[in-house]
Amino acid sequence: MEKNKKNFKIVGKPIVRQDGVTKVTGKAKFAADYNFPNELQSVMLRIHSSHALIKSIDFSCIENDSNVAAIIDHRDIPGDKKVGVIKKDQPIFCSEKVVTPGDVIAMIVGKSERELIKIKDKIKIEYEDLPVLTDPSKSLETDAPLIHPEYKSNLIVHYPLRKGNVDSGFSNSEHILEQTYTTQNIEHAYIEPECVTAIPQIDNSIKIIGSIQNPHTTRRIVAAVLGISLSQVVIIQADLGGSFGGKDDTMNILSARAAVAAIKTGRPVKIKYSREDSILESYKRHPYVMHYKVGYNSSGKITTMKIDVTADGGAYASMSPFVTWRTVVQATGPYEIENVWTDVKAVYTNNPYTGAMRGFGSPQPIFAQESIMDEIAERLGMNPVEIREINALKQNSVTSTGQRLENHEVTLTKAMKTAIEKTGFVDKWNNYRNQSLDKSNFILSGEDLILSEDKFISRQDKLRRGIGLSISLRGCSLGAEGIDAAAALVAVQPDGSVYLLSGLAENGQGLRTTYSIVAAEILGIATDKIIYLEQDTSRIPDSGPTVASRATLMGGGAFRNASEIIQKRITNLLLNEWQLDKEAELIFEDSMIKHIASNKSIEFTEACSFASQRGINLSVVGWYKGPDVSWDEEIGQGSAYFTYVYGCHVAEVSVNINTGEIYINKITAVHDAGKIINILGAQGQVYGGSTQGAGYAVWEEIDKHNGFIREMNFDQYLIPTSKDIKSIDAIFIEGEDDYGAWGAKSLGEPTLELTAGAIANAVKNATGKRYFNLPLNLEEILLNRKLRPEDMKRGSE
Amino acid sequence: MKEEKNMKGISRRRFIKGVGTGIVGSYVMLPTMKDSEAKITKSPKDEVLESVRTETLETTINGRKVKSKVEPRTTLADFLRDYLELTGTKVVCNHGECGGCSVILDGRAVYSCMLLALDANGKEVITIEGLMSGENLHPLQQAFIEHDGLQCGFCTPGQIMAAYALLKKFPNPTDEQIMTGMSGNLCRCAAYPNIIKSVRGAAKKMNS
Repeated sequence: MEKNKKNFKIVGKPIVRQDGVTKVTGKAKFAADYNFPNELQSVMLRIHSSHALIKSIDFSCIENDSNVAAIIDHRDIPGDKKVGVIKKDQPIFCSEKVVTPGDVIAMIVGKSERELIKIKDKIKIEYEDLPVLTDPSKSLETDAPLIHPEYKSNLIVHYPLRKGNVDSGFSNSEHILEQTYTTQNIEHAYIEPECVTAIPQIDNSIKIIGSIQNPHTTRRIVAAVLGISLSQVVIIQADLGGSFGGKDDTMNILSARAAVAAIKTGRPVKIKYSREDSILESYKRHPYVMHYKVGYNSSGKITTMKIDVTADGGAYASMSPFVTWRTVVQATGPYEIENVWTDVKAVYTNNPYTGAMRGFGSPQPIFAQESIMDEIAERLGMNPVEIREINALKQNSVTSTGQRLENHEVTLTKAMKTAIEKTGFVDKWNNYRNQSLDKSNFILSGEDLILSEDKFISRQDKLRRGIGLSISLRGCSLGAEGIDAAAALVAVQPDGSVYLLSGLAENGQGLRTTYSIVAAEILGIATDKIIYLEQDTSRIPDSGPTVASRATLMGGGAFRNASEIIQKRITNLLLNEWQLDKEAELIFEDSMIKHIASNKSIEFTEACSFASQRGINLSVVGWYKGPDVSWDEEIGQGSAYFTYVYGCHVAEVSVNINTGEIYINKITAVHDAGKIINILGAQGQVYGGSTQGAGYAVWEEIDKHNGFIREMNFDQYLIPTSKDIKSIDAIFIEGEDDYGAWGAKSLGEPTLELTAGAIANAVKNATGKRYFNLPLNLEEILLNRKLRPEDMKRGSE
Repeated sequence: MKEEKNMKGISRRRFIKGVGTGIVGSYVMLPTMKDSEAKITKSPKDEVLESVRTETLETTINGRKVKSKVEPRTTLADFLRDYLELTGTKVVCNHGECGGCSVILDGRAVYSCMLLALDANGKEVITIEGLMSGENLHPLQQAFIEHDGLQCGFCTPGQIMAAYALLKKFPNPTDEQIMTGMSGNLCRCAAYPNIIKSVRGAAKKMNS
């Protein structure tokens, strides 16, 4: 089959999403839209503590209440009582202690959720508060309280990376710059809160339907908790109302709780979370503290970097080992640096636990490294483009992990050039930098300008404009995190219609449509001949999780493989029938199959019918396995990912220096995601990622007080609205690559990771002042610090 | 775009065939509807309702008269979802912040999680299920598909209902009016640029 096809019929065109009609009519069935006869509702039992020993629980006063169908706690679990992807540290129900406020001790099930909420308060729980650890920088101190004493340390994971010699690197550098950056907790804020129903089956198996991101992972956890085989657990994914990495661990645990309760009661059990439940118990994006020390020469060449990162893992390890691994690979950014010494640690605290979220360990270091690059340029009298051109990774460059970038087109500087030309970056940057600033409004604090207090209402010199950029490389798919393979079922029916299903799951990003396009392109049919089947773990092999922006790359590869096998079978049948040479080429397009030279042709539908009569199997499970990668844990060296993508964001902002408010005028996002399969879907990813990235930069923060979250709903946790970003320009450059479907790679996460760095640099360009702590909210801009509430009361409470 | 057109046509037909019409009539078809009085006799809440004080609610939902006993504290959103099984209306924040539960009450877009079901007494409610005319999508629904004004689709019913009220008020909205009018409806997938395009596109079609 052709390796890099050029004349695509459908690929790259705007194709409307397959699930569009059901979603605009309200008929799409999300998890909370399913109701089952005799179904029970559930409420969670928690205590008001971030760290406590449970002394006793007295259920006696509710045991005989007619509203209670069952009380479920750790004693009801037949299998694994604790779960976790690397460290099994997270209990389904806490029995001895709680380590963060979201922890659940028991679950009460009954007919009416409203009655259960009232009854819940009657349960008597005695507990003893323990010292609370909330500052990750103190987690490894010898007198720090241990969150999980069985591990004898609060260290979740430590990744070192050692390349070259940093000591001689620094002593030979002409300049050295050291800075510290911090980032905040972020809530996924998927619009659909968590919901799952477990339905006991007559054959002792269990069926679960819910808002589940990774059905096969959930199946593994539920089977382990119930102590039954994988085949006795069937997970069906309802239409998923957004995930962004967030409906993984939480949904595994909720599914396990519902399953335990369903088996105990013999009835369907539903868990439906309110927004408050969701924010309280679900995991967040990791806050990072990042120290960067950079050695560089007057020429602009960076020779040495020493990086120390501490990630707040919160109460459970969850995905921290994978998230921070991506950080260690990408901490130096898309730059070729001779001497690197990086330490990335994730630690336990009593804060809400942190795990996978779109970006996955890259938005944090990109904010830091892109800030420091601009600062170095400033000190050398260069502009942001010049410093990056000198240091950027190019074809055949060697990354910090010692990997030579030779098997794909390295388009980093091309992406940057495209973005700066499109925006007129350099001229704007120079002009904005020289905006006149009435310094009488400010007081000087060291090098920094801080607005003096009596000037808050001054209208002079109010809006200042700024432009900033950031660039990145991103390793595609799982890399050395895990085994990387995916399955795809393509089942062509005798009438030419087609079923598709993959082990990778639709999250709302448009995966079903993308896969339909790949199959339709190869089989030469229209996408409306294709039906995508319900996501059901019993019908398709485990393809790993739908994470790491790997669905188009890995699943696309698998669908290409399956479709090409079918194409080959039909070709062989027809060549034989038409008595043509075995090597002759047939063309599949416009629902026809043709042989040009002999002028022979047949309709696709007829060919399928013919194949069926001849006993040819046109149902194929395709497989795509990523090439091998390598990793040396001791020194952090190896071929971390089998291929990479590149991108550049330019942010244009206005800053009101009287109020500290930042207005985002334009994001120009240039991405090389390889071949674009569906331009509509790709643009959607850019809009979504840039907007979430802007929220990360400017507005969003989960703020904790002794481990308790303050922002429990969207009245306080502010996500961007339709008014917050004036325009987003999505531009794609398609670098050559052989992997997946015609070199279609990753896009979802690259679109998010770059935005905060670009906005921070734009704010510096506007105000003349550099900020080191996200988010860049009003108090950060005006006061250079975050105002924290003194208590946790909300509004009228 | 040939593929695009085919796909929409087929999937719409497939959808109608597969899903059926459900309990909802069409707002536009109201004059021809015969059984316009439907008494709700059974709901998932029945068992609970036996033990609590109830009030009688008479309202019009998607052109259909509805009479039902409800617990006074039931929100309009819960009434639509739990009593009538009109699950297109979504409860997202239950706090009046996100617009996921937006429906039309006497011509205005409202957050149904912030109203009691009894607030709809004697009034007319339109939900996402009431927008189609027969087999035809409303121009807004068509435009959200064409311009990809959605990703996961969870906020979409609320977005479309907000847009419906917006176009009633401003049949030829400026971009600024669209951005402001839609800013009460959160979309975490942030399909905003395409939502704005969808509303603009639908307005054009509805005026032509």
